[in-house]
Amino acid sequence: MALRRQIRVGSQWMYADEAHKALREALRVMEDEKLADAHGGHHLPWIRRYVFSTDHKWIGIQYGVTALVFLLLGFCLMILMRLQLGWPGQAFSIMKVLGESRAPGGVLLPEAYNQLGAMHGTIMIFLGIVPLAVGAFGNYLVPLQIGAPDMAFPKLNMASYWCYFPGGLLMLASFLAPGGTAQSGWTSYPPLSVIASQGQTWWLVGMVFLITSSLLGSVNFIVTIIQLRAKGLSYMRFPFFVHAQFVTSFLLLLAFPPLEAAAVLQLMDRVAGTSFFLPSGLVVSGQALANAGGGNPLLWQHLFWFLAHPEVYVLILPAMGIVAEIIANNTRKPLWGYKSMVFATVFLGFMSFVVWAHHMFLTGMGTTISAFFQTTTMIISIPSVIILSSLFISLWGGAIRFNTPMMFALAFLPMFGIGGLTGLPLGLAATDIHLHDTYYVIGHFHYVVAPGTIFAMFAGIYYWFPKATGRKLNEFWGKVHFWISFVCINGIFFPMFAQGLAGVSRRLYDGGMQYAHAKQIASQTNPFMSICAIGLLAAQVPFIFNFFYNAIAAAAGRRDEGLGSNPWHATTLEWAATTSPPLAHGNFEVLPVVYRGPYEYSVPGETAEFIPQHTPATEPAPRGGALLPATAVAMREN
Amino acid sequence: MTDPAAAVEPGVDIHEHAGIGDPNAHHHSPEQIRREMKVYLAVFAGLAVLTALTVGACYGLNLPVHQAIIVALIIASVKGFLVAGFFMHLLSEKKVIYGILILTVIFFIFLMTLPISHHANPFGS
Amino acid sequence: MDAHAHASVGHAELEIPYNVHPRPDTGLYNGKLGVWLFLASEVMLFGALFSSLILLRTGAESWPRGYEFLNVKLATFNTFILILSSVTVVMAWSHLRLGNLKKGRVYISATVLCALIFLTAKGFEYSHEFQEGRFPKTNNFLAIYFTMTGLHGLHILGGVIVFLYFLGPGAKMWAKEPERYTNRIEIVGLYWHFVDLVWIFLFPILYLM
Repeated sequence: MALRRQIRVGSQWMYADEAHKALREALRVMEDEKLADAHGGHHLPWIRRYVFSTDHKWIGIQYGVTALVFLLLGFCLMILMRLQLGWPGQAFSIMKVLGESRAPGGVLLPEAYNQLGAMHGTIMIFLGIVPLAVGAFGNYLVPLQIGAPDMAFPKLNMASYWCYFPGGLLMLASFLAPGGTAQSGWTSYPPLSVIASQGQTWWLVGMVFLITSSLLGSVNFIVTIIQLRAKGLSYMRFPFFVHAQFVTSFLLLLAFPPLEAAAVLQLMDRVAGTSFFLPSGLVVSGQALANAGGGNPLLWQHLFWFLAHPEVYVLILPAMGIVAEIIANNTRKPLWGYKSMVFATVFLGFMSFVVWAHHMFLTGMGTTISAFFQTTTMIISIPSVIILSSLFISLWGGAIRFNTPMMFALAFLPMFGIGGLTGLPLGLAATDIHLHDTYYVIGHFHYVVAPGTIFAMFAGIYYWFPKATGRKLNEFWGKVHFWISFVCINGIFFPMFAQGLAGVSRRLYDGGMQYAHAKQIASQTNPFMSICAIGLLAAQVPFIFNFFYNAIAAAAGRRDEGLGSNPWHATTLEWAATTSPPLAHGNFEVLPVVYRGPYEYSVPGETAEFIPQHTPATEPAPRGGALLPATAVAMREN
Repeated sequence: MTDPAAAVEPGVDIHEHAGIGDPNAHHHSPEQIRREMKVYLAVFAGLAVLTALTVGACYGLNLPVHQAIIVALIIASVKGFLVAGFFMHLLSEKKVIYGILILTVIFFIFLMTLPISHHANPFGS
Repeated sequence: MDAHAHASVGHAELEIPYNVHPRPDTGLYNGKLGVWLFLASEVMLFGALFSSLILLRTGAESWPRGYEFLNVKLATFNTFILILSSVTVVMAWSHLRLGNLKKGRVYISATVLCALIFLTAKGFEYSHEFQEGRFPKTNNFLAIYFTMTGLHGLHILGGVIVFLYFLGPGAKMWAKEPERYTNRIEIVGLYWHFVDLVWIFLFPILYLM
C-alpha cells in the first residue's frame, strides 16, 4: 500500500493531495476576484448590491422572498376566516390580533370578515402569485434560459420591484385606515366600493403602484426575449417556460391598462365626487346620495374583468411553464407535442381577451351577447386541454424520477384538470345561473390556483433552489411538505363544489348558516374544511424551515460541493451557467451559442443520456454515457 | 452577434457612417435626412389644414351630432395616420413593431365594441 | 461579455447587447422596441377611457355638446401648438442625426416651450370652468372631460420632465455616446408623438360634439 505523500506548507504538514486541492481552490477564488476586477466591477456598496440591485437574479430573489411572505400573510388572513366559517360566532383568542374594532372579545364581526375576504384575494393574486410567478421565476430564469447577460433594461427592472414593494406595503397599511381596509371584495364592485370607507382609496392607490410595476416588467420581458436571446436560439428552441413568460408578458402589457383607467375613475368617484359608476337615484341608509348620477356600475365590471380574465392566465401560464420543465427533466424525455403546446399557449393568450363577460352572465345580458361569450369561453378551453394533455402524455414511457419537484409537478396535472373541468358549467350561462357567486366558483378557481399554480411554484422552488444557492432542499421534509399539503388542500376545496351546488353563496360571513337551504351542508362541511386549512398551514412549517435553513447556510458559504452546477442533469441553458452566478457580472463567461432544441434527453442514437442545448451538433457525443459532457464553447464550471 | 461596446467618437463617426443614430439599420445620408425634414414640414401643413377643417365642419357648420362624429373621426384618423406614419416613421418600421401594433388594435377594437354591445342587447330584448 | 469590452468602455455597469446598435434579425435596438410596447399599453389605457366615454354617453339621458361651455378657440390653438411641438421634436432628432447638437437642443427647447404653452392654456381653461361652477362632479360629461384631459396633461408633464433631463444632466451622454443620445431623443419623440396623437382624437370628441 503506497504511503500518502506529505508536503510542508508553511509551518504545516499536509497530505499532498489535500494541499493540491486547497491550492486549486485558492487559485479559483483568486481568478474569481481578478475577473471581478477586470469587469470594472469595483465592489458596489451594499445598498447598490442588495437593496437597489439591477441584477435580474437578485431582483428575482427579492421578488421571491417578498412574494412568499405576502402569500403566507394572505394565507393567515384566510385561516382567520376559516375559523369563523368553521365555528361561526365563536370567540378565538387569535382573532384579537385584528383589534377590538374588528373582533371584540375575539369574535369576528361581519364587516371584518369582509375586509379579510377582500384582502385575502388581493394579496394572494397581486402581491403573492403574480410577483412570484413572473417577478421571481421569470426574472431569475428567463435571461439565463435564453443565454442573456441580464434583462434588456436592468434599471427598469429595479424600478419594477421598487414599485411593487411600496405598493404592497400601502395595501397592508390600508388595514390601519379609519373604518378598516377595503371590504368590497377583491373585485371592488361599485356602488358599494365607491361609498366604502377610506381603506378602499388606499387599495386603489396601491393597485396603481402594482399595475405600474407589472407594466414596466412586461416591457422588459418582451424586449429581453426578442432581442437578447442567444445566437442559434430560435423561437421554437425556447424552453416552454420562456414561451409561457412571453405570452404572459403580453397579457400583462395589454390587459392591465384598462384596470388602471378604471382605478382612476373609481378614485375620481370616491375623491372628486364624480358619478362614473353611480347610477342616479341611489339611496344609502335612507338618505339619497348627493351626486350627479348617470353613471353605470357595469362600466366598472367591464373594465375590471377585461383585465381580470387575462389575469387568471397570467396566474396559470408560468405555472404550466415550470411544470413542463420539471416533467421533461424528470421523465428524461422531450415534451410530447411541444409545438402544439406553443401554438396553444399563443392562441390561449389571444382568446383570453374576448371571454371576460362570462363573469357577467347575470348582469342582464341579452341572449345574443351571452351566446357570443359562451362560445368564446368554450373555445378557450381547447388550448388548455391541449397543454394539459400534452403534459400528461409526456409522462408515457418516461423514466420518471419521483423527487420533490416532480411530486408537486405531477400533482399539478390532475388538480389543474379538476379546476379546468369545473370551469365548464361556469362558462355556460344556463348552469352559471345556478352556480354564479356560490362556493362552486370558489372551489373552481382555488383548484386552479392553489393546488394548481401554488404547487407549481413549490415545484419550481425545489427544482431551482440548487441553481440559486448551491444546495438542495432536504428531500425528506420536501416530501412531508408535499403529502400533507396535497391531502389538506383537497380537503379544503373539494367540499366547496358540493356546497355551491347546494346553493351556499360566497362571501357570507357565517358560511351559509343563516340560510335554511344551506345550513345543513354548511354545518357538515365547514368545520372539516377549516381543520384541513389549519393542517395546510402546519404543512408549510417544514417548508419554511427547509427553505430558510438552506438559504442561510448557502449565504454563509456552505454549499454542497458534490452537487455541481447541473444537479438535475438538465439540458436548458440556465444549468450551463455556474451555480449561483455572480451578481452584476453577467451570467456567462462567454455568451452561449445554441445548437439544439431544449429537451434532448435520451436521444436515439446518441450515447449521452442528455445533451445540453449549447452542445455543438458536430462534436462527437462523449463516450461511455458521461453525464456531464464537455462542450466546445468555453463554459466555466464551478 | 454581440456588438463590441466601443465608444463612438463623434468626429470619426460622421465620416465613416454618414448620419449618426440611424436605428433602422440602413444609414441615411445627410441629403436623405434633409429631404425627410422637408416631408415633416409638408405633413405639418397638412395637419394644420385638417385641424381647421375639423373645427370648421363640426363647430362652424354646426353639424348634427351623428354626422359630426363621423366627419370628426374620419379627419382625426387621417391626421393620426400622418403623425404615426411620418413623424413616428411607422411607414418604414420593422415587422415586429407592426405585429405588436396589429395585436393592440385588435384588442382595442374588442374594448371599444364589446361593452357597448352588452348594452345594445339587454336581457329581454 | 469579454473583459476587453469592459475595459475600453470603463463602465461599472453590465453591457447589454443591442442597446444602441440594432439587432440584425429584428432591425431594432432595445429602446425602440421597448417604447413601442409601452405605447401599445398606453393605447389600451386611453382606449379604456374612450370606451367609458362611449358607454356613459350612449347610456345618458342627456349629454351636452362640448362647445356649449368649453372654449373651442383656446383648444384649437392648443391643438396647433401640440402639432407644432411634434414637428420640433422630429426636427431635433434629424439635426442630432446630422451631428448638430446645438440645433438639436434648440428644437428640443422649442418642444418644451410648446408643451408649457399648452399646459398654461389648459390651466386657463380649467380655472375658467371652476369659476363658472363646473367641476368634475357636476355631470358625467365634465367628469370624463376633466379626467381625460387631466390624464393627458399629466402625460405632457411627464414628457416635459424627460426632455428637460435630456437638455440638462442627460446631455452629457452626447460627448461619450452621441448615437445613444440620438436614439434616446428618438424614443422620447415617439412618446411625444403618441401624446399628440391622443389629443388629435380627444379634441374633436370632447370639444366639437
